[in-house]
Amino acid sequence: MTVNTWTIAAARDALRRGEVTAVELTMACLTAMDAGDGLNAFVHKTPEIALGQARAADARRRAGDAPDMCGIPLGIKDLFCTKGVPSQAGSNILKGFRPEYESTVTARLFGAGAVMLGKLNMDEFAMGSSNETSCYGNAVNPWKVDERLLTPGGSSGGSAAAVAGDLCLAATGTDTGGSIRQPAAFTGIVGIKPTYGRVSRWGIVAFASSLDQAGPMTKSVRDAAIMLRVMSGHDPKDSTSADLAVPDFEAALSGDIRGKTIGIPHEYRMDGMPAEIGALWQKGAAMLADAGAKIVDISLPHTKYALPAYYVIAPAEASSNLARYDGVRYGHRATLAQGDGITEMYEKTRAEGFGREVQRRVMIGTYVLSAGFYDAYYNRARRVRALIKQDFEQVFAAGVDAILTPATPSSAFGLGEMASADPIEMYLNDVFTVTVNLAGLPGISVPVGLDAKGLPLGLQLIGRPWDEAGLLNHAHVLERAAGFVAKPEKWW
Amino acid sequence: MAIDIDTARKVAKLARIRVEDRDLPALADELSGILGFMEQLTEVDVTGVEPMVSVTPMRLSRRADVVTDGNIQALILKNAPDAREGFFAVPKVVE
Repeated sequence: MTVNTWTIAAARDALRRGEVTAVELTMACLTAMDAGDGLNAFVHKTPEIALGQARAADARRRAGDAPDMCGIPLGIKDLFCTKGVPSQAGSNILKGFRPEYESTVTARLFGAGAVMLGKLNMDEFAMGSSNETSCYGNAVNPWKVDERLLTPGGSSGGSAAAVAGDLCLAATGTDTGGSIRQPAAFTGIVGIKPTYGRVSRWGIVAFASSLDQAGPMTKSVRDAAIMLRVMSGHDPKDSTSADLAVPDFEAALSGDIRGKTIGIPHEYRMDGMPAEIGALWQKGAAMLADAGAKIVDISLPHTKYALPAYYVIAPAEASSNLARYDGVRYGHRATLAQGDGITEMYEKTRAEGFGREVQRRVMIGTYVLSAGFYDAYYNRARRVRALIKQDFEQVFAAGVDAILTPATPSSAFGLGEMASADPIEMYLNDVFTVTVNLAGLPGISVPVGLDAKGLPLGLQLIGRPWDEAGLLNHAHVLERAAGFVAKPEKWW
Repeated sequence: MAIDIDTARKVAKLARIRVEDRDLPALADELSGILGFMEQLTEVDVTGVEPMVSVTPMRLSRRADVVTDGNIQALILKNAPDAREGFFAVPKVVE
């Protein structure tokens, strides 16, 4: 059986009809996971936990209690704390760390009967766009068109590779500047970052707290709707989680967007953008127009300043959040020399435990928050962030229901190809996605086509705050019209 | 704004990350490059714009000031690199 290639919706329906068991689904995924080591997606495998959860899910189903996610095998990004299971955020500084608690998101998923196959590779502390900063080594994109190994994107690179390679039915991801949407686009899958506050951040290793949100990475928009509903909801343990009712996102997939207004922001037409991406963007707009939506040109004038604002705010918050890794309470502690005091312990521990990109961002964050520069960098960036949010508020107030943009400035690039590049060149990967985090909006990446090389390309839809239901419905229409069914050929 | 070697050393110190002297020039260059990229922000007119505090307009919720958990000393110490007699152990702090 190739049930590991199924969508959540197909598996759910087959489980309910008794055509497959959770144990069979889980066994198929465990086999695919073990055969998928070439992708380096799963970095801590938990087959015993998976089979235990699958048996419990089957028993629950027999007892007549079968919520949507009951018996669905998932991969969990390493950023989520999972009780008793290594949770390292892709970093050596958390080597050996086994949380004594469960993140709210994974607790909700497991409470709904979902099965954990293992933990997934990612950029260290979610800082990266290619999964090349991970302490576990690179995750590899299942898509391959020549002898080169390609990046699955980042930071949720392991999640994207595992879903696209059918090692699991779906995976959790997190998105601070594009870390769900960019890897989803690079691997031909769906990824949604919900509105800031929709999903609890409790138990997710913090990168930049005002930007971080978790979301599902799935094989279809319907799956994203099903899984997001379970992940969402108010959590008293996260003071920024919204006390709002969670709609039935799947029920919102009517496929009817007649009379809706889709904005096309001209600032997203970047110099040097590949012609294929521009053409795909136009094609996507035409698909939504065919479905009865009205396409309008809009302006988001501060778009250009989103990346520099982000690369002040995110490192500033990271430098503060990552101060907790000091070798005292958990994780790595450096071996000390005779006479070393506590300062040497901190400095050696952090130099050994953090990789280059993390060190760079912590130091940039330290600098922009330091006396004398706080106003010039951090406060200015927060003012620009307010203007970026205002740009979106104005177009939504003018009647725009959703905004269509490219998801990434290119298709997946080769692992190692950016090794000698300036850090800023890597940062440019986030150019279309980072505005959404700064404004706290929901955004979804939908696979729409292949480029001339045969690699997937995605489009991004951006929605109004708290309107994931409407956003998913727009994405559902785009997905149906695009009819993207291509799969990577198995080489691993 | 270019970062010189002394500033790079100071930033590394503030961040509590050990950087060897021979690595400081490269670090200074890298940090200068990134800060140069951020200089674009000076082009934006931010007169009268308040720095964003919260991306969603919500009040932080309050709860009664009571203990909601506790008595989990063993769990808290479980991941410590060095725990002794119910405490986190660190090198001597005071001479």
